Amino acid sequence: MRPWDSFESALRAIVANKLRSFLTMLGVVIGVGSVIAMIGIGEGTKKKSIENLEIMGSNLLTVFPNWRRGGMSMGSDAGMTLRDSDVEMLKREVPLIKNITGTVRQGVMAKHGNKTHSTSVFGALPIVKDIRNLNKMLEGGWYTDEDEVFSAQKAVIGYQVWQELYDGNNAVGTNIRLKNQNFEVVGVVDFKGGSGMWNPDDQIYIPLSTAKTRLMGKTNLDMIQIQATHTDLMILTQGQVEDTLMKTRGSAMGEPLFRVMNQGEAIEQIETQTRLLSILLAGIASVSLLVGGIGIMNIMLVSVTERTREIGLRKAIGAKRGSILSQFLLESVVMCLVGGVLGIALGWTSVIAISKALQVPPEVHTPAIITAFGFSAMVGIFFGLYPAMRASRLQPMVALRSE
Amino acid sequence: MKPILEVEGLSKDYVMGDMVVHALRDVSITIHEGEFLAIMGPSGSGKSTFMNLLGCLDRPTAGKFVLAGRNVAGLDDNQLAEIRNKYIGFVFQQFNLLPRTSALKNVELPLIYAGSRNRHAQAMAAIEKVGLAQRAHHKPNEMSGGQQQRVAIARAIVNDPMVIFADEPTGNLDSRTSEEIMALFQELNRQGKTIVLVTHEDDIAHHCKRSVRFRDGRVVFDEVIENPIDARDKLSQMPDLEAVEYVPSGARKKSVAADAPA
Repeated sequence: MRPWDSFESALRAIVANKLRSFLTMLGVVIGVGSVIAMIGIGEGTKKKSIENLEIMGSNLLTVFPNWRRGGMSMGSDAGMTLRDSDVEMLKREVPLIKNITGTVRQGVMAKHGNKTHSTSVFGALPIVKDIRNLNKMLEGGWYTDEDEVFSAQKAVIGYQVWQELYDGNNAVGTNIRLKNQNFEVVGVVDFKGGSGMWNPDDQIYIPLSTAKTRLMGKTNLDMIQIQATHTDLMILTQGQVEDTLMKTRGSAMGEPLFRVMNQGEAIEQIETQTRLLSILLAGIASVSLLVGGIGIMNIMLVSVTERTREIGLRKAIGAKRGSILSQFLLESVVMCLVGGVLGIALGWTSVIAISKALQVPPEVHTPAIITAFGFSAMVGIFFGLYPAMRASRLQPMVALRSE
Repeated sequence: MKPILEVEGLSKDYVMGDMVVHALRDVSITIHEGEFLAIMGPSGSGKSTFMNLLGCLDRPTAGKFVLAGRNVAGLDDNQLAEIRNKYIGFVFQQFNLLPRTSALKNVELPLIYAGSRNRHAQAMAAIEKVGLAQRAHHKPNEMSGGQQQRVAIARAIVNDPMVIFADEPTGNLDSRTSEEIMALFQELNRQGKTIVLVTHEDDIAHHCKRSVRFRDGRVVFDEVIENPIDARDKLSQMPDLEAVEYVPSGARKKSVAADAPA
């Protein structure tokens, strides 16, 4: 028997039972589709997070209080905090620091006229414009050191905030309301590109002192952000910052109660976290592929039983074991592969749809597709083998007599 | 005439729990080229077991069985499959056609397993031989029982086998259709085909040239039939029914249900 003939008879059997074949395939379609969708969304999220970090600049150091391995905690439990005095000390003792600011951050509902927008307020010294590379303005400028000293109620808004609240109209000189307080808009930062919690476009920047005392009532800092003098001396700068902070912010055991991160580490951190997430999601999706495979096995066993007479006849007129085996095996493999192709289409569409909703770029990787496709072929072979072997072992005489 | 099937001391035992059933005991028989042999006997006489052994669908417990000069008693499954494919054609009571598959494709099936080329032409030639050329592309459920059995016969002869085994080929057919099928077998036999036919109907057996009767696993009777019935004569005496080839769908149901492994 030639290969094409086996293939043709497999196709014939699948087409003969359209509804059943389709329902059987559905398990594989959903399995492969969800594997691709999950990996795609995981990758997209990762890519976006890394892009966001890169937008912030490559010579940026961030100091977090109360760092715990495996996750960031920006709360202020255990009393371990960052204060303005830490900023002063760092500025004094680390010459490789070019610019430094303490920052506080809080989610708020911003209002202008009858429009509202849920965003976050970022309190920082005016120098944050250099540290975070926010110099390019759409209109207006930044609040000044004087505003900082007098805790002026002035604000610089990100591009997205401006779009949401002003709909493209002139913003400078108007007021926005944050927590029932009026802030005068002094500038709009030009479009940076970004998303999520770190999206520089979706922020309202106000003077640090204003944020702490007037808006949030915080005495401690959420983060310290540092711009190093030289990008290639980042590691040295980071070491000096750590050593200096250890003097006041080490625990009794000599462990740091803070964490200094450079952008590379932050990227690594995100990669580890999203990799774990991707593996988890893909694992869950694989379970549905497994269930699909069991469905295929189930149907193939039913089909072998139903077609016992046909198998008997084929054997009587000269089919060898191998021919029967390959006929039934091909049937399940073809079903899985067709299911796989449909699954890839389904996965791809879901990635595009979900990415749009999550505002992350759609990422469908060729390796993910190849893996999913290969995996569905393997599911076909693995779950088709047992039924096919049962079929091939039937004795022609017994099979022909079955009802 | 050349002997094509030589059986010597053939036995078949079935073990059922503690009991051993001797289905066939020490059978010796020789079938020559061009014979038309009827195997008869009541159910349980061993005629089906004998047929399965001759058809290489089963292996004997003891004895020698030479087909085309080759002892096939000791061959494995795949070798037997090859022998069946090359030298043997089967016709069954239940037709055993693949449902949802055209007559032509059904007839091609043995050629597929033989791996032969030019299958279409060979299958078409076989279908023409059984007089169904105009129905080659119909599916089994669109044909009458007699037509389905003709397709099965075409499938049995398409590989030009040495011998055709027909197991109660008229068991599911009315008497006129049975007569037509027997006419077809007789015609094939006249063309030189060796045919072995299992039946329990004396009337059908009388169309053959020789009859072998089984009882309790042994051959009890082996005789040449003098003046076998010529199915053509019998058909000409029968009232010429209108549209013999056409059987309305209601009447066809039984054979379709028997054929389709639903």
